[in-house]
Amino acid sequence: MSHKDSLKHTIIVALLLCVVCSVLVSGAAVVLKPLQTENKEYARNRDVLVAAGLYDPAKHDKSYVEDTFKAFSVKLVDLQTGSYLTAEEEQQLGIDPATYDQRRAAKDPALSERVPPKEDIAVIKRQAKYAMVYVLEKDGRIDRVVLPVHGYGLWSTLYGFLAVEGDGDTILGLTFYEHGETPGLGGEVDNPKWKAQWSGKSIYLPDHQVGITVTKGGAADLSDPYEVDGLSGATLTSVGVDHLVKYWMGENGFSRYLAKLQAGGV
Amino acid sequence: MARQSFKEVLLDPIFNNNPIALQILGICSALAVTTNLKTTVVMGIAVTVVTALSSFFISLIRNQIPTNIRIIVQMTIIASLVIVVDQCLQAFAYEISKQLSVFVGLIITNCIVMGRAEAFAMKNPPVASFIDGIGNGLGYAVVLLAVGFVRELLGSGSLFGFEVLSTVANGGWYVPNGLLLLPPSAFFLIGLFIWGLRSWKKSQVEEAEYKLAPQTKSSEAV
Amino acid sequence: MLEHYLGLLVRAIFIENMALAFFLGMCTFLAVSKKISTAIGLGIAVIAVLVITVPANNLIYQYLLKEGALSWTGIEGAAQLDLSFLGYLSYIGVIAAIVQILEMFLDRFVPALYNALGVFLPLITVNCAILGAVLFMVNREYTFGESVVYGFGAGTGWALAIAALAGIREKLKYSDIPDGLEGLGITFITVGLMSLGFMSFGGISL
Repeated sequence: MSHKDSLKHTIIVALLLCVVCSVLVSGAAVVLKPLQTENKEYARNRDVLVAAGLYDPAKHDKSYVEDTFKAFSVKLVDLQTGSYLTAEEEQQLGIDPATYDQRRAAKDPALSERVPPKEDIAVIKRQAKYAMVYVLEKDGRIDRVVLPVHGYGLWSTLYGFLAVEGDGDTILGLTFYEHGETPGLGGEVDNPKWKAQWSGKSIYLPDHQVGITVTKGGAADLSDPYEVDGLSGATLTSVGVDHLVKYWMGENGFSRYLAKLQAGGV
Repeated sequence: MARQSFKEVLLDPIFNNNPIALQILGICSALAVTTNLKTTVVMGIAVTVVTALSSFFISLIRNQIPTNIRIIVQMTIIASLVIVVDQCLQAFAYEISKQLSVFVGLIITNCIVMGRAEAFAMKNPPVASFIDGIGNGLGYAVVLLAVGFVRELLGSGSLFGFEVLSTVANGGWYVPNGLLLLPPSAFFLIGLFIWGLRSWKKSQVEEAEYKLAPQTKSSEAV
Repeated sequence: MLEHYLGLLVRAIFIENMALAFFLGMCTFLAVSKKISTAIGLGIAVIAVLVITVPANNLIYQYLLKEGALSWTGIEGAAQLDLSFLGYLSYIGVIAAIVQILEMFLDRFVPALYNALGVFLPLITVNCAILGAVLFMVNREYTFGESVVYGFGAGTGWALAIAALAGIREKLKYSDIPDGLEGLGITFITVGLMSLGFMSFGGISL
């Protein structure tokens, strides 16, 4: 047996290798961690601004995003009652708007509940009881709110933000930041032209039922404040978007919160 | 073995002995990232860096590696390098790393990296191994870029995200071919790429297992 | 609940087929698909390895690596510890170890199966389908039960695809194909067409 195949040598090489690799890997992870967290936050903040119609990639840079986002306050809403959680309630539940992760919360039995299959039109299975909202106030009045929404399309779950004006009814914009729909067909939910349609539409009928509908591609009456044209060639993605908006604006979603906003006080 | 010059070591894998076209290595993580050029370029660079560095380090300690734990030693070195690359991408190119998702991790099992470590780096000095790694990484990147170029140009009418052919959706004339953005198109393109390469370099053509006998001519049939 | 698992299984086998929708395990997929019998042998080996490694890595992720996963140890500050950057290294290590153990186990207790699978088992460590399935499991945060079902489904899907391709290739070798396209080239195009066929499973609502 040659020298390098001896048991002692094998163990020494294995140990040395482990030490060197672990130092290298941990070093990289620790050094780069702050940059990565910053990136993640920046990407989320930018998506919020995109939905709120405050960001244009051609004009705005990183410092703009940081400055503009500062004007927003991040709050947690109890979807059951439609009001913000108070500081004590947050403490009781052990959650904090700065670190709250709604997607993780939806898996946590203490912070979420199962959606009854009959009501689960957005096919999300479980839903967090508390939702994050991004609120922009201007001159002491609520100017706009950005609400997280998600639901199933054709291939994947679409995650996005829906921005609503301070009156709790007029849509400012809808944007999806994560989805795996067919590129070129369902993937056109990213198309700025299609997204522009949402701006100015109304969510609720006078009796506070959800009125907003995504029609079949090309069939919408664009003057109707409740109709958005679906994507042609992507019926199932359009249906998915229709369902997820209806779900999140409905009783299980932000309906109560927006009703309060409409009435003028949350 | 005759010693190859550095230039040969570098260029050979790109055309003559292409890892994807000839050796069927490393296709796994390659195809899913070629829908646009930005991710393709990043993936190409990442694989080249990992292949070159892992070959270098493995070759550096090749005389110390015990034979029986050889594979796991190589695997550990490769996995550590991939983690470092992944962490760097998350820190400096967040958007792209999000699009690449699990495929960065899959560089670990990319057979090119493993294959070069085993076949070249274990037998050659570090600098030559490093260059061999770069050559093979580039050979991989060339195929990827060719596929990515066609898919993005014809599939979305743009290159690197800049519009080249103005699409109908944006008020232009070009109707994008959606098929090219779907997974199967990558197979067709690589198949055609191989066909092209082999028509050019005849020596790479595979022998058919069964040859059809030429058809009997009618004059002979009588 | 059963419905949920069944849906996940069908998704993993057909809609999100490892080989034809995500191109995973392509190297072996193309190299070892010349004969149906070997293809099926490899397919079964992949199923076996996936069913064990995906849940095993699920436990490692849940109880060691995930942010706050170490809080069960009761050590102070463990709840904030996030070791997920060690993921790749641990997963590949676990896969390599399990493949090795499986090999020894089969050799000792089921020699017939060992002889049938023998040559393929070591190959599986570097099969991207295994690591791919593990990474998807982590990415989608499956629970333990889901990961068992997903591992089985992903493996079955892969096995199905390689068996189908081998069947086609056995017929294909009698066809007259242009010189440059012979072998690898035509295989790629065949796989492309198969993948196109599998796309029609998309949109099945489960």
